Amino acid sequence: MSDKTMIEAIRECLRQEMEADSRVVVIGEDVGRLGGVFRATDGLQAQFGKNRVVDMPLAEGVIIGSGIGLAMSGLRPVIELQFLGFGHQAFHQLGQQVARLRFRSQGRHSLPLVIRSPYGGGVRTPELHSDAFEAFYTHTPGLKVVAPASAHDAKGMLAEAIASDDPVLFLEPLKGYRLVKDDVPDERFRTPLGKLRVMREGTDVTLIAWSAASVMVNQAAEILAERGISAEVLDLRSLNPLDVDGITASVEKTGRAAVIQEASFTGGFASEIIATVQEHCFYNLQAPILRITAPDTPYPLGAVEDLYVPDIDRVVNEVTALVQESA
Amino acid sequence: MSDYRFVPSDEPVAPFNLLAQDGTLHGQPSMTDAQVFDALRYMVLTRTFDEKATALQRQGRFGTFSSVRGQEASVVGSSFALDPSKDWIAPQYRELPALLRHGYPLENFALYFMGNPRGGSIPEGVNLLPLQISLAAQIPQATGVAWGLKLQGSDGVALTYFGDGASSEGDFHESLNLAGVVKAPVIFFLQNNGWAISTPRAIQTAARSFAERALGYGIDGVVVDGNDLLAVYEVTAAAVAKARAGGGATLIESVTYRTGAHNTADDPSRYIDNDELAAWVAKDPIERVENYLRKKGVWSDSDAQQLREECAQEVDRAVTAARAIPLPTSDALFDHVYADPPALIQQQRQTWKKREAQS
Ligand SMILES: Cc1ncc(C[n+]2csc(CCOP(=O)(O)OP(=O)(O)O)c2C)c(N)n1
Repeated sequence: MSDKTMIEAIRECLRQEMEADSRVVVIGEDVGRLGGVFRATDGLQAQFGKNRVVDMPLAEGVIIGSGIGLAMSGLRPVIELQFLGFGHQAFHQLGQQVARLRFRSQGRHSLPLVIRSPYGGGVRTPELHSDAFEAFYTHTPGLKVVAPASAHDAKGMLAEAIASDDPVLFLEPLKGYRLVKDDVPDERFRTPLGKLRVMREGTDVTLIAWSAASVMVNQAAEILAERGISAEVLDLRSLNPLDVDGITASVEKTGRAAVIQEASFTGGFASEIIATVQEHCFYNLQAPILRITAPDTPYPLGAVEDLYVPDIDRVVNEVTALVQESA
Repeated sequence: MSDYRFVPSDEPVAPFNLLAQDGTLHGQPSMTDAQVFDALRYMVLTRTFDEKATALQRQGRFGTFSSVRGQEASVVGSSFALDPSKDWIAPQYRELPALLRHGYPLENFALYFMGNPRGGSIPEGVNLLPLQISLAAQIPQATGVAWGLKLQGSDGVALTYFGDGASSEGDFHESLNLAGVVKAPVIFFLQNNGWAISTPRAIQTAARSFAERALGYGIDGVVVDGNDLLAVYEVTAAAVAKARAGGGATLIESVTYRTGAHNTADDPSRYIDNDELAAWVAKDPIERVENYLRKKGVWSDSDAQQLREECAQEVDRAVTAARAIPLPTSDALFDHVYADPPALIQQQRQTWKKREAQS
């Protein structure tokens, strides 16, 4: 065990999985010599050579599309999509092809493909880099979507994703790359997909989030505790598969739920969680389920992004109101 | 015998050139001295702005930003071939002087990179698309603008800028194909600056030039020395004239070099070849123009000095003006999202306003 940042945990995982299995290859924009714009692949090309860590021509469609082909040929590609915002350029390959290959070939072709991508806001990136677009992909049957919030989970879940015979979209919180730091085993390990993580136990309300928002919500829960509100914080980690039992158990206990997402309001993954809670916990609920999100507008430029992305104050105030009004 | 085989050639391509680095002319440029003076002003202004903005970024007073450094002749020479009153530009993000010449205020550019959404506003009558961060996405749009101008009987053209990296995207290839088919009056101006962040040019294409891709789409292709203001102007003016006359599209590959970092977040020492860089720094496009004017006897050290002082003042004015603009309120999130905003979004605007007032 040792303290690692999220980016260090991801890099260590990639190195160990590549050492363990020569079929694992990394492809993407600037992943070789530079080691990726966030250095997730730093040193890998020097260790494994240019045939296993490949700088690609700048075209997300062919990066993902050829990744499908590499996988069908017998390799286990880990693709770095430089920013999730540029998944749009490959959406035909992702949505129509990656997610459905097994189904369309009636089981003949497996797709052991991982697409890693930084996403989310809060770090003043240029335009079109920061949207939290997870809902496009959770609405894509056939694709697993995970979004860890800790370095420990990033390492364990990435290893699991690489071992998986299903395609996995592995969303990494841009904001957490260097800010998030926790204890991570030095040796290889796997964390199963589809189990949420209870970040904090509580009795008054369940706060549900994923990726960078989990970290923020956990800090908000600290302040809520000072105000006498005991919040349970669930870090979903995995959006598909979703831990319905874990969510249900918590909300049955607390009787209140708030879902916090960075993405805009309408049609986000929060809506899916809310529907799930409603289906499973309706008779346990003491209050309407709260949704804390960005507004239904495009992700803005840096000077106003703090007004856009939900923050600790919003969570504290809105959750306080929810609990007090239903007390 | 008919040609039924088309094989790649590895004969080196010599980019079209008019001006040697020492200012010696080979051939007959059509740019007048008055135009060259004007162009030089844009080149120096851009260099000055780049230096200032990079310094401000280091102090945390400016966002991530990409400088034009090394590519000034490429951008300025090409933009001077356009008539801002009827021609359109669809930029990538590294073409500040072309935007300025077309009428976009320097202050807005600074504001945009300070993260203020108002910086994105394009004055009425300025024929410009927004800066494009999503690589190559502007290329189909430029093709559509050009095609639309033609359908409506205008003799305006559209010019789109993009990098060697962006030219690997499907959007680029699909656009050249369409432009060929509909004979759109569009100029595809590919700045081959050697790099796409850390990815060298050789990883974007196995062909000896980018320009010859044009042949596959039935349009013209040209390779030009992108550090030669006069040559860039010459080939772009020819492509514009051809497009205006109904002759269709041209792909221009401007061979130049990014002598700065990709952007302020990039560390090129991790990947760049220092000898190659030094060789290109020695081909500085601004120096080349000044050498030319000096040889003609129309440029002195004091002229050079004066120009730089004027540019520094202009940059300071624009940056000061941009910094004086107050931080936007939450209205900036909601303004200009819809022509006719749905009720839900109007409610959200009120909620955001209220919350802002309380905090
Ligand atoms: C579609 C898309 N993919 C990836 C990126 C991330 N990115 C920003 S700039 C860049 C390199 C661009 O290279 P090039 O087109 O040659 O232009 P240059 O910056 O060299 O002028 C990359 C990969 C992006 N902005 N858009």
